[in-house]
Amino acid sequence: MKRVPAPNEIQPDSFTFTPENLEKAKQHIAKYPPRRQASAVMPLLDLAQRQHQNWLPRAAMDAVAEMLEMPRIRVYEVATFYTMYNLAPVGEHFVQICTTTPCWLRGSDDVVSACKSKLGVELGETTADGKFTVIEVECLGACANAPMMQVNDDYYEDLTADNTAAVLDALAKGDKPKAGPQSGRRGSEPAGGPTTLQDFTLQDSRGDG
Amino acid sequence: MPTLTIDGQEITVEANTTVLQAAEELGIEIPRFCYHDRLSIAGNCRMCLVEMERAPKPVASCAMPVGEGMVIHTNSPVAEKARKGAMEFLLINHPLDCPICDQGGECDLQDQAVAYGKGDSRFTEHKLSVKDKYLGPLIATSMTRCITCTRCVRFATEIAGVEEIGATFRGEETEIGTYVEEALTSELSGNLADVCPVGALTHRAYAYSSRPWELIKTESVDVHDAVGSNIRIDCRGAEIMRILPRLHEGINEEWLSDRSRYASDGLALQRLDQPYVRVDGKLTPASWETAFAAIKTKLDGLGDDAGGRIAAIAGDMADVEAMLALKELFTALGSTNLDCRQDGAKIEGRHRGGYIFNSSIAGIEDADALLLVGCNPRTEATLVNARIRKRWSAGGFPVGVIGGVDGPGTDLTYKYDYLGAGPATLAEVADGSNAFAKVLADAERPMIIVGSGALARDDGAAVLDLARKAAESTGMIAAEWNGFNVLQRAASRVGGLDLGFLPGEGGRDVAGIVAGAGKGEIDLLWLLGADEIDMATLGKAFVVYQGHHGDAGAHRADVILPGAAYTEKDATWVNTEGRVQHGRRAAYPPGDAREDWTILRAFSAVMGQPLAYDNLAQLRDHMVEVVPGLGVIDEVGPGEMGSFGMPGDLGADGFESPINDYYMANAICRASAVMAECSRLYTGAGGTGEATGTDG
Repeated sequence: MKRVPAPNEIQPDSFTFTPENLEKAKQHIAKYPPRRQASAVMPLLDLAQRQHQNWLPRAAMDAVAEMLEMPRIRVYEVATFYTMYNLAPVGEHFVQICTTTPCWLRGSDDVVSACKSKLGVELGETTADGKFTVIEVECLGACANAPMMQVNDDYYEDLTADNTAAVLDALAKGDKPKAGPQSGRRGSEPAGGPTTLQDFTLQDSRGDG
Repeated sequence: MPTLTIDGQEITVEANTTVLQAAEELGIEIPRFCYHDRLSIAGNCRMCLVEMERAPKPVASCAMPVGEGMVIHTNSPVAEKARKGAMEFLLINHPLDCPICDQGGECDLQDQAVAYGKGDSRFTEHKLSVKDKYLGPLIATSMTRCITCTRCVRFATEIAGVEEIGATFRGEETEIGTYVEEALTSELSGNLADVCPVGALTHRAYAYSSRPWELIKTESVDVHDAVGSNIRIDCRGAEIMRILPRLHEGINEEWLSDRSRYASDGLALQRLDQPYVRVDGKLTPASWETAFAAIKTKLDGLGDDAGGRIAAIAGDMADVEAMLALKELFTALGSTNLDCRQDGAKIEGRHRGGYIFNSSIAGIEDADALLLVGCNPRTEATLVNARIRKRWSAGGFPVGVIGGVDGPGTDLTYKYDYLGAGPATLAEVADGSNAFAKVLADAERPMIIVGSGALARDDGAAVLDLARKAAESTGMIAAEWNGFNVLQRAASRVGGLDLGFLPGEGGRDVAGIVAGAGKGEIDLLWLLGADEIDMATLGKAFVVYQGHHGDAGAHRADVILPGAAYTEKDATWVNTEGRVQHGRRAAYPPGDAREDWTILRAFSAVMGQPLAYDNLAQLRDHMVEVVPGLGVIDEVGPGEMGSFGMPGDLGADGFESPINDYYMANAICRASAVMAECSRLYTGAGGTGEATGTDG
């Protein structure tokens, strides 16, 4: 889906890092040799995005460019190339549903339709109250727990239409549902419970040795 | 030195050449879009694929360095098929709008599609379209045609030194542009359209105006600055449609500055196309006879000592032939009040080394340290600046700046040490107390460039002397290397100085002439295209303006003699390096206007003292007799140094660049609508008129 930068009307005039973020930015810059500070562009853009309601206004890119003494266009190139930088405002809960093959085979279509009907939006749209933005993304690397979606920094896995709706309900109420598999299994253990390493005595005796 | 075989021919080349370059040495042309010999290698268009034996797949020849024993086939079925595939992909999203595209007829994609295109398309889906970008008032964009070769991005970054264009977004959504829709801040932006292999970037001023095969092409030289860029003037009938750069490795390589390229619309506006005589305070059209008679009457009325009461000033675009004719006319009239240094630069004409760019422009690439004194080469001589940037980009090239720029923040497109603003700093370099003096002294081939900002002032002669001392104390002037350079800013200047179009014995210089006119000591002033003096201070002097544009000089004039612009005459100019070049006539002057030397020849006959030449060949022969160097075409070398400059008191003021507005530097620019728009946009200045709110 084509990403469209926010129109000028809603672009803020200026952007400055908070003192805490400025400190973090300096730590990132310090990781690179002198005169190679431009290498810190990606973590700094991420910091700026987190500070600014999860989207990256042009003023923030300009501020990063100035901080790293690099031409602005080189920052715009990076920010527009990587899809995890949001160039326009997104909802408070930024829902990214994986629809790549493993998730799709395991029922990501149900997750998508659950989100659509629950929130009343199409993919790529933000709810009227500004709480949710739903988008479709490529593989997020949690195929063992497919299907899955990412909400801000958390992965919600082993989704079905029902537990997707439950997660969204909880988020809407202001709760923070437990991240990870929603099916009750731990991590990516087999769906029906562990099939190996069930004899813990073996492990204990080994532990003594 | 690896040896490889290309299409059955063996060749040995330097180790870091690419396969494409090696093939070119053999005269084998490989198609390409993204590769450009003056830009870095991108390797993204895939059009230059060739077959390499023992390689699993075709290789991009532009990015593949040569190796010992390589066997390359540039036209085998494998290479052919690969290129056809690349071409098919390029054409997938390229619109089929050649009939309305300005690049049509000179388009690399069109040409190569003839050789490698399929003829029809297998692509039935929707083609992508891309929103057009704004790159400023000079470049028109049609970004759907873009094949993302990134030549423009590399040109802006590497040659022009303005990192403002980039490739944003990714994959098939990749877009070329500035992202923020702001005009490029470059004086070289016209070259973007030249490097674009398709019709994505074209010249806005030339949009929808003609096809390349309708144009008559004339090879000439540019006079908007003293660089002497080689140009090609494209005309349809009498109208100049566009001006393009012409390859000259010694001067402009293949680039051209925007003023030289886009001021051409000014050649059709505000033109003087018939003689005028001021009658009762009003300029009225007249015949040549009446105009000449009016001047003769004035001259005859001056009596016996007329010589001391008349004067002539040559403007910034005057050609050598006209200046010679004017000088000889005034000599015959007994006057020595002649000057070609319109800006009042304190340069003498005796020793060529003291007023030319001795190192030559190409020589900048051999230098290893540079001191700029009182000049802003970016606005005064854009292509010299591009050459400095080229040398700076290669590394190991410290640049020091004394004045000429607004301050250490001025962007010259390369990094420099701002040493100070005025003569005091130059004196520090000369006596070695400035740290940069050591940098220069340690360099093997240091150079100094003295601009007119340092010389066109009261202490100019003392500054020139000081610059010479600084050059000598840091070892710039040696047997094999002359690093002493004066950067002229007017195309006429070196030619005028070569001719000695300077005050003779007891003669007045520009300041003296203007002051004399104000005080009533000069009764007749002949301006040969001189518009940049203060016309308000000329008092009651009778002013003859010979030129091509109705600018400041024509407004003040009592008699106007319409001349030819640089595109309308076969004439000689000498660039800042002292390189003699012939410009050629691309169109005829409008109306009754005539080539300048013929006007002077005709007037000399009216005065009863005819000049001794009746045609251009005779004039040129005579010119070479007077100044033998003017017969040596297109050659450069350091000038003879002799002694120049004059030790004296130094002013305290900093050096200032004489060009406030790059886009308004001469009468042609001031008549140009394109330049007015640029001026308004880039400098916020008014241009030719105030913005009315409906013109943008």
